[in-house]
Amino acid sequence: MLGASLAVASPQNLNMFNPVSPAATPIRDLFFLVFGVIGLIFLITEGALILSIFKFRSTGKETKEPPQMYGSNPIELAWTVVPVLIVFVLFLVTTRSIYSLDMQEPPEGALRVKATGHQWWWEFEYEDLGITTAGELHVPKGVPVFVELRSADVIHSFWVPRLAGKIDCIPNRENHMWFQADEIGTWYGQCAEFCGTQHAKMLIRVISEDKKDFDSWATNQLLPAVEVPTPMNGKDTFLSLACVNCHTVQGVTHQGGFGPDLTHLMSRDTIASGAAENTPENLTKWLLNPNSIKDGCLMPNMMLTEKQVASLVEFLTTLK
Amino acid sequence: MTTAPYNPLSSKLHDWVTTVDHKKLGVMYIVSGLFYLIVAGCEALMMRWQLAIPDNSVLSPDTFNAFFTMHGTTMIFLVGMPILLGAANYFIPLMIGARDMAFPRLNAFGFWLFFFGALLLYFSFLGGQGLSGEPGAPDVGWFAYAPLTSTTFSPGSATDYWIISLFVAGMGSIMTAVNLVTTILTMRCEGMTLMKMPIFAWMMLVDALLILIALPTLTAIQIMLLLDRQFGAHFFDAQAGADPMIWQHLFWFFGHPEVYILILPGFAFVSEVTPVFSRKVLFGYSLMVAATVSIGFIALGVWAHHMFATGLSPAVLSYFAGATFIIGVPTGMKIFNWIATMWGGHIRFETPMLFATGFISMFVIGGLTGIMLAIVPMDWQLSDTYFVVGHFHFVLFGGLLFAIFSGFFYWFPKVTGKLLNETMGKWQFWLLFVGFLLTFGPMHMSGFEGMPRRIYTYMPGRGLELWNMLASIGALVQVFGFSLFVINVIWSLRNGKLAGDDPWDAWTLEWSTTSPPPPWNYAELPSIRSRRPLWDEKHPEDPDWLYE
Amino acid sequence: MISLTITDVFFFASLIVVYLAYIGKSISGPLPAEVLGLGLVGVNTVALLASSATVVVALRALRKNKQTQFLTWLLITVLLGTWFLVGTGIEWYGLIVDKNLSLQTNLFGSTFYTLVGFHAFHVTFGVSVLFFIWLCSVLGWVQNKHHQNIEYVSWYWHFVDTVWIAVFLVVYVIGK
Repeated sequence: MLGASLAVASPQNLNMFNPVSPAATPIRDLFFLVFGVIGLIFLITEGALILSIFKFRSTGKETKEPPQMYGSNPIELAWTVVPVLIVFVLFLVTTRSIYSLDMQEPPEGALRVKATGHQWWWEFEYEDLGITTAGELHVPKGVPVFVELRSADVIHSFWVPRLAGKIDCIPNRENHMWFQADEIGTWYGQCAEFCGTQHAKMLIRVISEDKKDFDSWATNQLLPAVEVPTPMNGKDTFLSLACVNCHTVQGVTHQGGFGPDLTHLMSRDTIASGAAENTPENLTKWLLNPNSIKDGCLMPNMMLTEKQVASLVEFLTTLK
Repeated sequence: MTTAPYNPLSSKLHDWVTTVDHKKLGVMYIVSGLFYLIVAGCEALMMRWQLAIPDNSVLSPDTFNAFFTMHGTTMIFLVGMPILLGAANYFIPLMIGARDMAFPRLNAFGFWLFFFGALLLYFSFLGGQGLSGEPGAPDVGWFAYAPLTSTTFSPGSATDYWIISLFVAGMGSIMTAVNLVTTILTMRCEGMTLMKMPIFAWMMLVDALLILIALPTLTAIQIMLLLDRQFGAHFFDAQAGADPMIWQHLFWFFGHPEVYILILPGFAFVSEVTPVFSRKVLFGYSLMVAATVSIGFIALGVWAHHMFATGLSPAVLSYFAGATFIIGVPTGMKIFNWIATMWGGHIRFETPMLFATGFISMFVIGGLTGIMLAIVPMDWQLSDTYFVVGHFHFVLFGGLLFAIFSGFFYWFPKVTGKLLNETMGKWQFWLLFVGFLLTFGPMHMSGFEGMPRRIYTYMPGRGLELWNMLASIGALVQVFGFSLFVINVIWSLRNGKLAGDDPWDAWTLEWSTTSPPPPWNYAELPSIRSRRPLWDEKHPEDPDWLYE
Repeated sequence: MISLTITDVFFFASLIVVYLAYIGKSISGPLPAEVLGLGLVGVNTVALLASSATVVVALRALRKNKQTQFLTWLLITVLLGTWFLVGTGIEWYGLIVDKNLSLQTNLFGSTFYTLVGFHAFHVTFGVSVLFFIWLCSVLGWVQNKHHQNIEYVSWYWHFVDTVWIAVFLVVYVIGK
């Protein structure tokens, strides 16, 4: 599996042949069975074709036409019946797989998350825990996660290949999917249904950790924003500009829902739903002009001065 | 005959513009289609340039999105449909021994609708406004899912261009379909029962019926979308309670038969070329007919296999998976029939046969990856990834386009009186074959590696660089192949060897006329006794009608 | 004509499917049960269906070369078709002005006017062609070789009537 080996070598592995979840492993296993069947059909068919090309090539010296074969009922019956049987087997295998992967209700002890697709970022709400975050989904290792899929605008699709197949987020429709991260690590994915200009950078990270680490992350997320005074009074800058119309920071401002919740922005590895690493340099770049990182995104360029940006970045970096 | 002084060019132009002759209309359709093939190919080339390396900035996101929308829309509606319906227009009357189609004026009307619809679509580059209100062509994907296409999310006029131009061009297709059905059913020459007409005619008949059934659905939803966008209706307005799935169900009810509408003529071309170049009668004609008809029926019942990731219930998913598998059976039968036709023959590998063989080999692969996608859980991983892009390019490029080239090299001598250059033809085949494999083979790997479709760029470090680079290199190789094709056509029109009536020693009625045929096709309408009238003439001691 | 009919059948099928899918899904606004009355529509329906019968009679007269009878029955057909259109117009006027139901109001409004509207459009086209034939006949331009085509037009007319039966059932019976 050339692909698989190459993938393991890449820093961000989205290869469906390296599953880490019981929602994805059966799909990989299914592939091997299917590939075997299809490979056999391929070899037989292409083999017959190639054989006929070489065996029956014209020498240019023939004097009369070859014997004309109009058809043959037994042969034609055979190559109708055999494919029907193969197809029947595939149908049974597929149906069984569909039903065994199906999960209509969250099982006991599952973690419930509501994932809402926005143009072009992901919002994650843990309703049982009272947490709202964006872009990165933290989950405890080995616990089934039941994800309700919603959309705030157009059709999106939630896809983290090593954890599960994809299911679309359709407005006015309640879809769901599930996965269970059986290893600790970071799993990468992205939106998989064309949703507009920045569909390409609507990325997902799922971070699975020890129950202990997950609990401490969750506790931290529940706290309101840490009040750390900064030399340039970034918080005041934030409150005086239009930021609050779109962004919520728990304990500071609660009006904004159009953009991601920023309360614990510094607990995330990336900004702009995965479009860039979460560093002060990138935050500065983003605030000076969001289009420099995500051309066409829905956060308008607020035309801030460099001083305003520096002040804001100071404030944002306190939001741990 | 002396004539008063007049400008021959303007008279010729007038002749072509006002013609109702199926042959001239056929040529116009095909030439238009080939022109748009180059245009859409350039769009693809730009996309491959952008995707050759990660995080590239050759094209802005909106421009890239417009390009993939236009590439898909152009290839399907402005390349596939005109070339295939143009070929049907040209050859059906000749093959069934008629003098023209049933409704010549309707034929002309249909062509001009297509012509102007196509121009309207491309005018959008100048006049339209894209997703962000910037000037541009439609950028919502060729399948234009709601609610992305509503005025809320696509405020510019680009989507309206998409709707109206396809509506107009689609009317042209429906008219051609009406013409084809009527002609094939009512104008066959004496002795030509339905089971004695060329297999090409059967495939076009089923094709035309599929057009009549499937295209109106697209028309209906386009009207609904236009009403939403311009007149305040709520068909796809989520806030008013509408269900975006309605667009998908109806679109794919059209969309899936559409791909069979595209491939059936390809099957038709290959089914005519393979016997002639293998020097054997088509194996299993009756079953080929049965397979074609069943493909037509089943094609109407598999549409939701494009929707496996939308959250349909397990029962519905299982049904559509099963129906999709079933369609593989008659398709497989055809492949076996073609190979059986070649088996035991004296196969000549001139360019038409090179492309026909290339078609069979690539279509098998495309069909098999399609079966893989029908396995629903696999589709949950592979849907909307480059694996699907690889799959459908194998069936539409390695499949349909190769079949089109096969037919083109086969029938060019009949239409123009000159043979295409063989050397250039063979080079074109191998260049395209290699370029095609290099571009679309690696896409299956990108799909496995998690690369979704319709993205203007991808992140570095995801294992995608190699496959994308290979794909882009393949595109460059294809440029040479396509250029050679254009050069070949132009060169051969001037310097090609004279073809004569029947350069390939073929057996169907069109080869009994001159090359090109006279405007009236047949001075005396023919009368036939078997499926291969010219074989009967050339082999009076062993005619087909003894065995059929 | 059969081919055209097939294609038109699927066009209307798509519109009907969408109508059915959206029954009961409107979030707001007037609902079918509130605003759709059977009275006026019933009369219109009778008129339209009768016109299918009258066109059959007209054609029979044409085949027997009874010119006056043909003209009379054809005219009656045209008038019945026109009655249907006028009646539909009156119904719509009432819905838009009195009941506040327009294309933009809600899902019901969108689907209702589109489905019934396209049918009415087809009726208009049919009435126009039938009237044109009547006019040509009065002027003496119609000959024997045209009779087959007139029969095809009558098939179109029957098709339009059949579609109306389906639309009527879906909108005024099932949908309420």
